[in-house]
Amino acid sequence: MTLPLALVPRAVPARAMRWASPVLAIMLTLAAGGLILAFLGRDPVQGLKVFLWDPLSTQRGWAELGLKATPLILCAVGLVVCFRANVWNIGAEGQLIAGAIAGGGVALLASRDSTRAFVPAILVAAAMGGALWAALTAWLRDRFNANEILVSLMLVYVAQLLLAWLVQGVWKDPQGFGFPQSKLFEAAARMPILLTGTRLNVGFALALLAAVVVWLMLAKWSIGFQLRVVGEAPRAARYAGFSERRLLWFSLLLSGALAGVAGGVEAIGPIGQLTPTISPGYGFAAIIVAFVGRLHPFGAVLASCLMAQFYIGGELAQSRMGLPSALTGVYQGLLLFFLLACDTLITHRIVWRPTAKAA
Amino acid sequence: MTDRLSLHGVTKRYADVIANDAISLQVGAGEIVAVLGENGAGKSTLMKIVYGVVRPDEGRVFVDGREVVIGSPAKARALGISMVFQHFALFDSLTLAENVALALPPEPLKALTARMQQLAVRYDLEIDPSKRVHDLSVGERQRVEILRALMASPRILILDEPTSVLKPQAIEQLFKTLGQLAADGVSVLFISHKLDEILRLAHRCVVLRGGRVVATVDPRRESEASLARMMIGADPPAIAAHDSSPGEVALDVKRLDTTRAIERQHWLHGLDFSVRHGEIVGIAGVSGNGQAALMAVLAGERLDLDGTIRLFGDDITRLSTGGRRMLGLRYIPEERLGHAAVSAFPLVDNVVLTRDELRAGGLIRSGAARRLTSTLIEHFRVKARGPEATAGSLSGGSLQKFIVGREIDAQPKVLLVSQPTWGVDVGAAAAIRNELIALRRAGCAIVVVSEDLDELFELSDWLFVMSKGRLSPAVRPREIGVQEIGRWMSGLWPQSEAL
Repeated sequence: MTLPLALVPRAVPARAMRWASPVLAIMLTLAAGGLILAFLGRDPVQGLKVFLWDPLSTQRGWAELGLKATPLILCAVGLVVCFRANVWNIGAEGQLIAGAIAGGGVALLASRDSTRAFVPAILVAAAMGGALWAALTAWLRDRFNANEILVSLMLVYVAQLLLAWLVQGVWKDPQGFGFPQSKLFEAAARMPILLTGTRLNVGFALALLAAVVVWLMLAKWSIGFQLRVVGEAPRAARYAGFSERRLLWFSLLLSGALAGVAGGVEAIGPIGQLTPTISPGYGFAAIIVAFVGRLHPFGAVLASCLMAQFYIGGELAQSRMGLPSALTGVYQGLLLFFLLACDTLITHRIVWRPTAKAA
Repeated sequence: MTDRLSLHGVTKRYADVIANDAISLQVGAGEIVAVLGENGAGKSTLMKIVYGVVRPDEGRVFVDGREVVIGSPAKARALGISMVFQHFALFDSLTLAENVALALPPEPLKALTARMQQLAVRYDLEIDPSKRVHDLSVGERQRVEILRALMASPRILILDEPTSVLKPQAIEQLFKTLGQLAADGVSVLFISHKLDEILRLAHRCVVLRGGRVVATVDPRRESEASLARMMIGADPPAIAAHDSSPGEVALDVKRLDTTRAIERQHWLHGLDFSVRHGEIVGIAGVSGNGQAALMAVLAGERLDLDGTIRLFGDDITRLSTGGRRMLGLRYIPEERLGHAAVSAFPLVDNVVLTRDELRAGGLIRSGAARRLTSTLIEHFRVKARGPEATAGSLSGGSLQKFIVGREIDAQPKVLLVSQPTWGVDVGAAAAIRNELIALRRAGCAIVVVSEDLDELFELSDWLFVMSKGRLSPAVRPREIGVQEIGRWMSGLWPQSEAL
């Protein structure tokens, strides 16, 4: 027996709802989040306050938000470019790790007498590391027509293992009591702090700059126009004479470089050394961010801040209320679920069809 | 006797337009009723209402005298109504047989394929049921649509401009079939913009204009001119007269061959031809015989070929699409959405698509693009809200005028056009043909691929016929008859090498 419900496309999907959909999804996530807290036997109002309000009640809280949003923005803005061009790079996490490895490798070369000029060199190395990792995907897709979804995803695990191997081997800190981690980076190889008294570093400004540049590129530059055409209508791109291969390489290298910078900033920013887990899944969360942000660079910035809040709120909920930190993942999943549902219901409507049998 | 199908006061409103305004219409058993109207007159909406795709806001629908609510195509099919769409509703990644199977009650695929082949032979619709839809040309897709509708043994058959892609002989055959179906008691609703077909085929003709029925006439008492006047509300623009004075060879093709390319349906076998400045060369043929490959190769979208292509004497065989455009060779593909234009993009972005000067230096010159778009909309009388309207929101005819305008305005030296007036109403078609003739007078070399023979006879200085990837000898249109061309379309042209 089938349900007497059917999804029917709406004749005219509301345009304004395209942006209302993420807002609606956020509100539904909060409501569902409150319900979950109630089921866990906690006061939902108190829980949501810890999750949403407390992180933002101090300057330090805002700085932490910016700090967590930085890698998300960098990854998501790059993914926006890929997804707009119909290139399904879901390996930003791997490109981030590759960036951390390359950037961290250069950072390890710094000595006590090094100058701050080291930082740009580290970030360039991080960008190149991320781009190189993405280039593997681009090459396999270009040369062998390999599916970029699978290849980029699998390369995440390769990057994770490569990092683990390095910090347990050649880069292991001799004075680290056997912990699998590198030595702490020298001061000259650390991200300059943006806001004194907090951990917020220059990386945040770089991330915002990246969002502005990518927006300019997509809206005003020929290359961005070509990316949008190839994503919307590949045949029209061929007709216009835009090279699909070139755009594939461009979008993957750009998003790989941005994810690489995110990895470098994390390594020489808040972490200060290389450890086996350089990222709590920023590269994957950035996929959700890109879609919640409607594949728009500025939307991605807003969505990154929201997602960063989930990370911080999850930590606070754990330390203050004894809630499991897995709540962050649950909230992320809820958000994506509600967003997809809202998007579907904007273009479709549910119809009640008690007896839809053709007579 | 009750009517097979009867509509009373059917009205359908969209946001700011009334597509159908209190339309009443009766179709008797075994009657062939033609619905005539320009694009945007409301024909397609009306047919979609009958087929259950669109729900009317007001009005009543009766089938065999009983009032019905046709809520879905499934309901329509249950009532014995089948439809051949103008815009195809086929699944690209499935085979023809699978596509047909989807529209019918469950039946073993083998039996269905056999039945399909029988019908195909009976109605002279060349198809291969095991082919996948994405490998088919527009013409082949239409044949599948017709066949699919016939497979359901309908009592009411709706056809939306079904003949525009058929060979003359096949049109004869289709008309014979429709006549037979009518004699068997099937009611036929036939949408066409070809006035001569309506005159020949229809028992009754309903003329729509601006969503209203403006006349219901007996076509036997009308002429093409009188029908056109009713439809447009004025006399159609006349086609400008020809005068031929061709110049130097502009485009020259030698031993063009794609048999090394993998896909068989794109095989071209050693084609030789040339086009002079100030000359229109027409290429006739049932689509799916290599025309798509020929255009792709000439435009530079495919470079996997043998032989040489010369433009103004220079070898451009390996030159990219953009490079050819820079030299003055422009192309208007047959598919508007997804090929010639990006559906979700506003018109202004669709101008940027092929007008390279608006992208010069890596920056989009949006001010200039907007001005050019407004000029094109105005000059080519495109019905659009403005430069920001998306390409997908325009009617087929308007979008075609826009695309033709975009390419013509760039003053091409060589123009390739595929199906210039496919699905376009009489007024717009005449406008587009006049633009092509004006361009030819200005010295442009033009290649027109079309399945509309009337159009080719009207436009061409020289005519070729394409069949199975081969090209017939060139012929002057006035020296050959329609029936002869029809035979050539099956590849039966004289084998003499004299061109």
